[in-house]
Amino acid sequence: MHIYLDLFLTFAKVGICTFGGGYAMLPILQREVVEGKHWATDEELNDYFAIGQCTPGIIAVNTATFIGCRLKKAPGGIIATLGVVFPSIVIVTVIAACLSNFQDVEAVQHAFAGIRACVCILIVNAVLKLRKSSVIDLPTAILFTLVFVASIVFGLSPALLVVVCGLIGLGLSRFKKAQHGDANAEDTPADGDANAEDTPTDGDAEARR
Amino acid sequence: MIYLQLFIEFFVVGLLSVGGGLATIPFLTDMGQRTGWFTLDQLTNMIAISESTPGPLGVNMASYVGYETAGIFGGAVATVGLISPSILVILIVAAILVKFRDNKHVKAVFYGLRPASMGLIAAAGWSVICLTFFTVTQGAGILPEHIAFSWKCIAVAAAVFFFTHWSKTQKAHPVLWIALSAVAGIVFEM
Repeated sequence: MHIYLDLFLTFAKVGICTFGGGYAMLPILQREVVEGKHWATDEELNDYFAIGQCTPGIIAVNTATFIGCRLKKAPGGIIATLGVVFPSIVIVTVIAACLSNFQDVEAVQHAFAGIRACVCILIVNAVLKLRKSSVIDLPTAILFTLVFVASIVFGLSPALLVVVCGLIGLGLSRFKKAQHGDANAEDTPADGDANAEDTPTDGDAEARR
Repeated sequence: MIYLQLFIEFFVVGLLSVGGGLATIPFLTDMGQRTGWFTLDQLTNMIAISESTPGPLGVNMASYVGYETAGIFGGAVATVGLISPSILVILIVAAILVKFRDNKHVKAVFYGLRPASMGLIAAAGWSVICLTFFTVTQGAGILPEHIAFSWKCIAVAAAVFFFTHWSKTQKAHPVLWIALSAVAGIVFEM
């Protein structure tokens, strides 16, 4: 089969099998992409997933773009992504079209009242799950509380809060490094700096290759 | 022009929401209030539908909001808007790859981003909870005059919370709980 068609169909299959957030996609990717097509190893898949989580955008889309891109450069990335979203667009459009005809029916309204109660809990559960990786110490706990309050009480824009918190994270690490440097005095003065220099340089080297 | 507006709105969501599809909810709440395309009530229905249909949550939300706002083409435009930043960013990242994740500065930024993202989702969850469980009658001042609890909704939510944490049933698919809650809604006329 043509590789692009294969990419599209495989990721369309992944899209159909995923319910909920991108986290639900990992086991399906393992089955289809690693065991089925041998397009990546388990380790590589974990790396892609980690990068997908910490780059802007939906995790599922990021991961699909990444795998497609590693396989067939930019066109591969685009085709894989279109594959993963294609079933969603079709299915959701059909449901939305049907629903607008039915949403005045009393039973449908009752059903949605029940579903809304359920969704509240699903969101609560998602937040509880996130806590393990997000609120790991006191500063992050404070950030969480501040954002929560700022969002509910003052209705500040999420975009603004995200950007500010990213900068605060950067600032906090600088602050920590400065403290760390003072504590160690002159024993390892260049340590923090050396580490900071290291990584970007390696990244550049990788890019040049 | 509604299509261009949809594209730009969802492009921004795709660019700024870090993490899973739930991370898009606070942005969509904000979008609904600003543009008037949908109410919080409709958004909650959209979340339910997106959770119970195949496909990544964020993509489903974009398709749904786009369709509700501007028809079939609107759904496609919103989805493409949402995924465009991902494609652009990942193509760049893939070129630099491997070391990206271990870069100190990137780690530092995400150290601040993760609790922020969680705070936003929690806040969005809170507004959905308020809408579902309480009916607030606004009084003359800022303080509400009367708060009515929707006991049936609270009971269903408590049951769902129990079953999603009970070790024997916690691995079950969310679609199961959504379907059962829908049945409960019809049976108890919620």
